Amino acid sequence: MTIDLILFLILAVVAIATALGMLLSRNAVYSALFLVLNFATVAVFYLLLGAPFIALAQVTVYAGAIMVLFLFVIMLLGTEELPERKVLNWQKPMAILLALVLMAEGIYLIFVQKSAAGIVTNNPGADFGSPQAIGDMLFNKYLLPFEVTSILLLVAMVGAIVLTNNRKGGQG
Amino acid sequence: MDITSGVPVTYYVALSAILFIIGALGVLVRRNALIIFMSIELMLNAANLAFVAFGSVSDKLDGQIFVFFIMTIAAAEVAVGLALIVAIFRTKKSIDVDQINMLKG
Repeated sequence: MTIDLILFLILAVVAIATALGMLLSRNAVYSALFLVLNFATVAVFYLLLGAPFIALAQVTVYAGAIMVLFLFVIMLLGTEELPERKVLNWQKPMAILLALVLMAEGIYLIFVQKSAAGIVTNNPGADFGSPQAIGDMLFNKYLLPFEVTSILLLVAMVGAIVLTNNRKGGQG
Repeated sequence: MDITSGVPVTYYVALSAILFIIGALGVLVRRNALIIFMSIELMLNAANLAFVAFGSVSDKLDGQIFVFFIMTIAAAEVAVGLALIVAIFRTKKSIDVDQINMLKG
């Protein structure tokens, strides 16, 4: 057991526990807070994998901006807890069964057939994953996707404004 | 498996698969539209983890660039999706997905 492996196992337990907490919480605010912790754990994984820029983007974009938006909408709508009405009785057992089938397939592909191989070492080179290297690649090799992304963000912004526009004020 | 140093990428992929399955289960089991939406975010995040793990093992930065784009898409998706949920709540007074069964507002 190396120190890397011990660190990985502890973080993996935290990640899975927070994901299950998100799934099982009755209160939507608790779910959102569990998800923030899960995103923070994944950010630490990114640091272990030699991706410091992505790790900090994860903290600011996911754990910061997106989850704050979620909490804001939960509290705005006042729908922390919904009464659990069952429309389809067989839905929950069926979903759990299908998830177990998916997990069995995953275990077969990953551990029995070994479709992914290689070992993550902790020293991938000083420059690997630094903001400078990422920016270099983003503005040379992936320039067109980067520009398309900016248009996508503009469209999303206009869409959000149009959807939440109150029809009494303007023409919607 | 002979592990001298580091973590096999298999473990990262397995963790990513487990997180993805928990997210899929959340979409199937929960009825609150906001929690379904959070589960989708969890699945996107699991895919990101697999991207970075494979990128790190093959010593290429392309995986991290992909994660960067996925984060942008996720941010745009959250903005539009939450706006939709707010608009649905205004007309239906509920975000229970079982109640949303008509196209007419």
